Amino acid sequence: MTDPISRDDVTHVARLACLSLTDQELEAFTGQLANILSHASDLEALDLTGVEPTSHPLPLVNVLRPDVPGEPVDRDEVLAAAPSVEDHQFRVPPALGGNT
Amino acid sequence: MSALELAAAIRSGERSAVDVLEEHLAVIDAREDEIHAFNLVMVEQARREAVDIDAHLAAGEELGPLAGVPVALKDNMCTRGVPTTCSSKILEGWKPPYDATVVQRLTAAGAVIIGKTNMDEFAMGGSTENSAFGPTRNPLDTSRVPGGSSGGSAAAVAAGFAPLSLGSDTGGSIRQPAALCGLVGVKPTYGRVSRYGLVAFASSLDQIGPFAATVADAALLLEVISGHDPLDSTSIAEPAPGLLSVLDQGVEGLRIGILDELSGHGVEGISPDVLARLDAAVEALTAAGATVERASVPATVYGLSAYYVIAPAEASSNLSRYDGVRFGPRTDGATTNEMMVATRTEGFGDEVKRRIMLGTYALSAGYYDAYYGKSQKVRTLILKDFAKAYEKFDLLISPTAPTTAFPLGAKTEDPMQMYLQDVCTIPSNLAGHPAMSVPFGVGDDGLPVGVQILAPAMGEATMFRAAAVLEKSGGAQ
Amino acid sequence: MSGDVLDGWEVVIGLEVHAELATQTKMFSSARNVFGGEPNTNIDPVSLGLPGSLPVLNEKAIELAIRVGLALNCKVQRSVFARKNYFYPDMPKAYQISQFDLPINEGGWLELPSGRKAMIERAHLEEDTGKSSHVGGGGRIHEATYSLVDYNRAGVPLIEIVGAPDLRSAEEARGYVAELRSILVAIGASDGKMEEGSMRVDCNVSVRPMGTEELGTRCEVKNINSLRSLGRAIEYESRRQVDLLTSGQRIEQQTRHWDEAEGRTHKLRSKEEAFDYRYFPEPDLVPVDPSPEWIAEIAASLPMLPRQRRVRLAEAAKGEVADAALIVERGLDDLAVEAMEAGADATRVLVHCVNNLSEGAGQLSTGSFAALVAMETGGELSATQAKTVLADLVASGGDPAAAAAAHGFEAMDTSELDGIVDGIIAAHPDDWAAYVEGDEGERKKKSGFFVGQIMKATRGQADGKLVNKILAQRAAG
Ligand SMILES: [Mg+2]
Ligand SMILES: [Zn+2]
Repeated sequence: MTDPISRDDVTHVARLACLSLTDQELEAFTGQLANILSHASDLEALDLTGVEPTSHPLPLVNVLRPDVPGEPVDRDEVLAAAPSVEDHQFRVPPALGGNT
Repeated sequence: MSALELAAAIRSGERSAVDVLEEHLAVIDAREDEIHAFNLVMVEQARREAVDIDAHLAAGEELGPLAGVPVALKDNMCTRGVPTTCSSKILEGWKPPYDATVVQRLTAAGAVIIGKTNMDEFAMGGSTENSAFGPTRNPLDTSRVPGGSSGGSAAAVAAGFAPLSLGSDTGGSIRQPAALCGLVGVKPTYGRVSRYGLVAFASSLDQIGPFAATVADAALLLEVISGHDPLDSTSIAEPAPGLLSVLDQGVEGLRIGILDELSGHGVEGISPDVLARLDAAVEALTAAGATVERASVPATVYGLSAYYVIAPAEASSNLSRYDGVRFGPRTDGATTNEMMVATRTEGFGDEVKRRIMLGTYALSAGYYDAYYGKSQKVRTLILKDFAKAYEKFDLLISPTAPTTAFPLGAKTEDPMQMYLQDVCTIPSNLAGHPAMSVPFGVGDDGLPVGVQILAPAMGEATMFRAAAVLEKSGGAQ
Repeated sequence: MSGDVLDGWEVVIGLEVHAELATQTKMFSSARNVFGGEPNTNIDPVSLGLPGSLPVLNEKAIELAIRVGLALNCKVQRSVFARKNYFYPDMPKAYQISQFDLPINEGGWLELPSGRKAMIERAHLEEDTGKSSHVGGGGRIHEATYSLVDYNRAGVPLIEIVGAPDLRSAEEARGYVAELRSILVAIGASDGKMEEGSMRVDCNVSVRPMGTEELGTRCEVKNINSLRSLGRAIEYESRRQVDLLTSGQRIEQQTRHWDEAEGRTHKLRSKEEAFDYRYFPEPDLVPVDPSPEWIAEIAASLPMLPRQRRVRLAEAAKGEVADAALIVERGLDDLAVEAMEAGADATRVLVHCVNNLSEGAGQLSTGSFAALVAMETGGELSATQAKTVLADLVASGGDPAAAAAAHGFEAMDTSELDGIVDGIIAAHPDDWAAYVEGDEGERKKKSGFFVGQIMKATRGQADGKLVNKILAQRAAG
């Protein structure tokens, strides 16, 4: 199928997934992911030309909802579950690293 | 007493909902420390609900079919104002502002929600050892696992903490623990039961389903939770199937296929004592008048490989919302990105991280076609091969799990060994078909073995008929 | 931009326009779609991306998207939603539900004011994000100390219209956006308010030596909030690219940010730093496959488009109408065409539409508009009086004759006016001689003098055109 997953691949994937790994974890995960992916290599031998992909088991189409407003959630209940709130908004650290 | 008997006793006034609840709370008190089936026992809320049920009954009101019956919920179903954690630190303390559709249906049917059960974190695992809050133990042998990922829900019923519980099944997470705990466990047709309010693992595979000690109890609970939900786009626009009414119809004249590839002639590692119980089930079905022959669904041998690409891929996306912004705990950082990375790194366990990375890799630029694209084509092959088999057969059977319950720690070192637990159950999830596990005797170690019954989409009624026959044949003892 | 500024270079522009669709509710849930409002009031589990929540498509959003497709001459087709994965606090699920390889509308065109067709690659549906405000550092993202997120806008339906690189100047780009905007407003798909962010433009700019075919390396410019900034950004960016190339440097493919205050673009990220969005089909939604009947029904309900309305106006006016676009944009073309068809003088009708109805027609009916213009051309009202009466009719409707009477605008009879003119001539013999004998310039000057005197004597009641006619008659002797 493809070359086994490398440490660099795992580093890249962790970055995409917003995870940080210690060197030890990187080592362990690389081995485990390579092992799992090598099991998936049985797919390699399969001739799948002309086979349509199935992304969904149901043949449903056009499941639509009328454009009618419903009940909003209780804002205070939602904000109470947030880690940091100010002025009824969700507070997060600066996007690019502030000066303070 | 079965759930049906309890419900009848409560309805007739012979028992009160409060008494029934207290009785179950007492069992929980006695054994929960040892088993750890629950993340949360909802003592106060359950007592209020039971009192309320009794009051309505005393007032002569007609209540739902589960009036006063305690039901335990896997901790990945949203309960308004009640912590819903998925056994993950990343959701610790989170109280959803809404109820899952299944919770609304249970409440409408009069059920008393007794607690939220332990699970593998985000339903990723086959033993309920992957919980941030510690493992659940098998009530039949506490040195062993209850299976997973819905191990808490299975253990709760097996230990007598509740007569009924709900689990979720993405690759076998209801059927495998049902087999390991000696229970009936059902994965319905994809779209039968609303996923609204079920915290997603792999959206195109997840289904909620019942655990019960008897086939009839499982039928009762599945009837209550099934049916169309406009809040789930993948919900089937059909009413709940009538199941209790068909249980005594038998299997006379039904054509049943032994799914060859999952029964020792395809995938590896299915133990001989498990296969022996399958042979016994074949005898019971034949004796009841079914024609049983070997059947082939060749593409099922690729099920595990396709599943371990598709499920992690969907999971990697579904689990991206746990970023410390809107809900749940946060680990601080100097920038938004650093906060998100710290929160996720701190909040997720290793198995979840492993699957997120696996799925991210399978979807990333340059690998999509080789992994995700290919796996979706395998899914097509599996659907085609099943369709072909169902031209000849009404139902298929196979073992549910390759082995009986294994000791804690036996498979935690090698993820691949754990994944192999799902080898017989995965194909039904990929196809979206219903399947259930029925207890059918014990293995060499004296622990329960399950037989899996598979049906084509919407084939629950026929599937339950066969389950009732197996149960009645006495092979379950 | 005039060609000589970029001497020898041609700018190539392709625009991606996002427009919010004019629905009552969000794309995937029943939370309200309204502009502004208290932060986090138009939210629900779906628009917050809470665990367990699921999207369900808004039928109206699909209908509006099909309207856009048909108005832009696209093929409307079976479409599939996909997840576009990236982490950002604005994006509640950390993925945007969008359309990727199977958009609902594909391959269309839009006619520019010049009459040239600009091709449209696709017009697909997606959801909007929430909004971050950056606190500290004067609100600038680079220096902020933290940010606050409001999800009122998250999940609002968007149509993204992706144009081909067919535009060749800032002027043309502005014309494209203006035309697109008037189409979206005309068909009721969007309010098109750039200032409220309900219409946003990203702009791909490249340059190439005049006369060559091959496209240069492009840069995408984001954060353009008005037609004026669009023009400025293109002029700046194309100049920057030409300067780089003429000084022997290469263009790096980048995403750049338009800074309105500084009047320049600056780099956000290079192609190498571009996100890997890991698109895959959204498993929580099923495909949208509009039936030919539904598409035909929507097509039949489309109003006349701005381009057709301009043509119709010009035809009704029996010639080129310089301000047709303005009149159509103000929605006054129906009024104008009907008034002209009822016999009203075309020139006066168009003058009123351009000069006196800038706030729209209000209570003015076609009938009274035509009657007013008839009174004016019949000499019963002067131009000034007509304008006053028109304002009344716009404000409160009614009949022009009655409104004129209410202002005391009596039509002056000709004999009375003749007498007044003769009196003024007699009182100013030198000026009259200059009027009669002077060259064209002198005559014009004196004509102004006499008209002014006569208006003064009649307190503005006289019809200017009639006065000039009498003066000319007297001069001719
Ligand atoms: Mg774009
Ligand atoms: Zn977009």
